[in-house]
Amino acid sequence: MSERAAAAGTGRVSLGALFSAFLRITLSGFGGTLPWARRTLVDERRWLSEREFVDALSLCQFLPGPNVVNLSIVVGRRFRGAAGALTAFAGLVVAPFLIVLALGALYARYGRLPEIDRILGGISAAAAGLVWAMGLQMAGTFARIPRAVAFALLAALATGLMRWPILPVIAVLAPLSIAAAWRRG
Amino acid sequence: MKTASLWELMLLFASLSLVAVGGANTVVPEMHRQAVEVGGWMSDGEFANLYAIVRAAPGPNMLISTLIGWEAAGLWGALVATAAMCIPSCLLAYAVSHLWDRYRHKRWRRDVEAGLAPVTVGLVLASAYVLTGAADQSWRAYAVTAATAAVSLATRINALWVLALAGVLGGAGLL
Repeated sequence: MSERAAAAGTGRVSLGALFSAFLRITLSGFGGTLPWARRTLVDERRWLSEREFVDALSLCQFLPGPNVVNLSIVVGRRFRGAAGALTAFAGLVVAPFLIVLALGALYARYGRLPEIDRILGGISAAAAGLVWAMGLQMAGTFARIPRAVAFALLAALATGLMRWPILPVIAVLAPLSIAAAWRRG
Repeated sequence: MKTASLWELMLLFASLSLVAVGGANTVVPEMHRQAVEVGGWMSDGEFANLYAIVRAAPGPNMLISTLIGWEAAGLWGALVATAAMCIPSCLLAYAVSHLWDRYRHKRWRRDVEAGLAPVTVGLVLASAYVLTGAADQSWRAYAVTAATAAVSLATRINALWVLALAGVLGGAGLL
């Protein structure tokens, strides 16, 4: 779908569709929800273009709060205003809220099982692969712009390899990257 | 173990909500400090188990706030902690995204978007790197990570099948 068609589509998404999309994102999200948000919103429902998704996630990452929760607010609001934001948020949070409480109660009764930890370890290894794929797909939006690739690598090295705290890294890199984009037009 | 008041929980999670730039995982160490060392609501091992439960369950990791609230003050604690973790940052996201969309066609807005995009993607790749280091202890686990990324990039296979297969391999002790 073209950028324009996706951008022009605000309003055509029903509240029920918003709820079910975010319910699907959250219930698929073992070991991380964001790759599922990208897959559902960009690949499957085609509500956002790749670029629009990167833009929405930028907003969510630079704002405080859980990224995918922010994303439900931003996407829900864009298509359906306040009711949409509330609906997408409910789709994202209500079911897993009940699930973790149920699991917490089971844990209180039976304790932690080593088998579960091993299964979880396998799922975590695969889930990390989903995040790699998502990052590379998103990088496709600026892969031909050397300046942008350089800033992406800097941000990845600083917070990944060096493990520097995210806040100062953003505070330095974001203004520089925006200034560079502005100079080049 | 002590019990927390709902007021305490609300203040704690509402303030964490507004400093959690980069996601809930960035404030887990602070949650740990408050819940275990300052509040004395649970032991170190209990906290680790609650975090393991949240990571095993589907959904966002910020639901660690739900289980901390539950452990510290029961069902109302769970509700208050979850709401406090979400509401302040959600209201902010709502207001800012309204402005963000309103100026969509301005030149400066496009420059900001173009500048933020690479930093955002860099942070995603960094989290992929950190998650890989945390999850993978053997070459087989690295192979699972790489294969999942490749399958996800190259095919339209539902990744839940891949996650399930990886869970089976892990459960069988093969990773």
